Amino acid sequence: MAKPDETLDQFIEAAARMLSLPIEAKWKATIRANLEMTLKHAALVDEFPLPDEAEPAPVFKA
Amino acid sequence: MALDLDWAPAWRIAAAVKSGETSALAAVEASLVRIEKLNTKVNAFTAVVADRARKKAKAIDTNDANRAAPLAGVSFAVKNLFDVKGLATVAGSKINRDNAPAAKDSLLIERLEAAGAILVGALNMGEYAYDFTGENVHDGAAHNPHNLTRMTGGSSSGSAAAVAGGLVPLSLGSDTNGSIRVPASHCGIFGLKPTYGRLTRARSFPFVTSLDHLGPFARSVRDLALSYDAMQGRDMEDPVCAQRDAEPVTSLVERGAAGLRIAIAGGYFQKGAFPEAKEALARVAKALNVKREIEIPQAERARAAAYIITTTEGAALHLERLRTRARDFDPAVRDRLIAGAMVPASLVVKAQKFRRWYREQVLKLFDGVDAILAPACPCTAPKIGQITVVIDGVEMPIRPNLGLYTQPISFIGLPVAAVPVPLAPLPIGVQIIAAPWREDVALRIAHTLETMGVASAPRPAL
Repeated sequence: MAKPDETLDQFIEAAARMLSLPIEAKWKATIRANLEMTLKHAALVDEFPLPDEAEPAPVFKA
Repeated sequence: MALDLDWAPAWRIAAAVKSGETSALAAVEASLVRIEKLNTKVNAFTAVVADRARKKAKAIDTNDANRAAPLAGVSFAVKNLFDVKGLATVAGSKINRDNAPAAKDSLLIERLEAAGAILVGALNMGEYAYDFTGENVHDGAAHNPHNLTRMTGGSSSGSAAAVAGGLVPLSLGSDTNGSIRVPASHCGIFGLKPTYGRLTRARSFPFVTSLDHLGPFARSVRDLALSYDAMQGRDMEDPVCAQRDAEPVTSLVERGAAGLRIAIAGGYFQKGAFPEAKEALARVAKALNVKREIEIPQAERARAAAYIITTTEGAALHLERLRTRARDFDPAVRDRLIAGAMVPASLVVKAQKFRRWYREQVLKLFDGVDAILAPACPCTAPKIGQITVVIDGVEMPIRPNLGLYTQPISFIGLPVAAVPVPLAPLPIGVQIIAAPWREDVALRIAHTLETMGVASAPRPAL
């Protein structure tokens, strides 16, 4: 199993291939720092308990 | 009082045009001269439409009805993400320069011009509005008129610099997470971020449709109210624009703040604030005799959720450009957007679910208060080029963090008037936050503070 720090790098590599995003080697450190920051924010939201019935803010009207 | 066209508020210029004290053409020429003289210093304008402006001014001067319009002869300029007929809508980017010129003006430009205002140009901004600094790798940073080595704040950088420097009395910007309120704070002017859905965004370049707002900057509250009233109204072209009639505020702003229940946002909104932000908030609270403090629940999480929605919707908007033109982006924007493209969708949906929950909690607060005061920004304008800022003992990157106190508010679309407190050596803003659709409340309080001299736009020595 990859170490945690390698896991994010591997995720970035895989996501870039999946999304056809051409990433240059010198951009990787900043992309990683940004993704780490976003995932940190996401964890804060993810851990907050909401009921299954909670509706997302945008509501589509036909 | 003699008319000083270099610093007069919009309402004073319109009154002078109406009475014949000056002409629309003279007012526009004064603005064009200021732009010519000062834009090399502040780098606010990326395009000037002088011929169009002169033509419009002459049309006002030759018609009595036009001279009586509420904004007759008032020069204004717009962040360059607004469509201006004949110009490519660059949105601060290099890539969009390849786009065809806009066929029509943005609807808000049309509405302001219908009220007698005169467009004089397009303004610098952070690339694709993903910015709080006012720096731009393609057009150069906008410079703060109060100290040219300092940031204007962003992303509506030129919009704030142009008004604060006296190049125009009125401008338009956009605010997704704080891009009106942060530059208004750094540049010491008034800004209005209306309720989400109040003003149409038709024919403007988007960033995050879930969070994008448009609004005005000015040096007086009355000017905010006049321009805001001119821009209100239904519009089918923007599906987010509310199906509500215009609710004019100009005649209401002078009613004062008596009877309004006001509280200070505690907790998250004071943590990390620099002494100057606390001082500005204290001055405003003291003037309004506000001692009550309330807690906006889960504000930090709200900011986190706004961050996730912003980066992922922004990435979705630019995905194809990231694939084909990645090297043409500002690197600071590109690397954030690429990271945003990789965030799992499940986390984004959770952020949108949290948004509804948070909205319900915050709206309950408005059962007991009419307005909430909070800092607009943790600090006064940092130096251009500064990369990090120490907030609450932690060194953080500047670009995403100047909007710490604005993000949890725009996240649920609350209307906010940002008022400038003229501290030395640099001004700083305070947010006056009201319940949805109650811009009148925020502007009444702002006007009260302006009348008391607590809030004012200081004139820079340019």
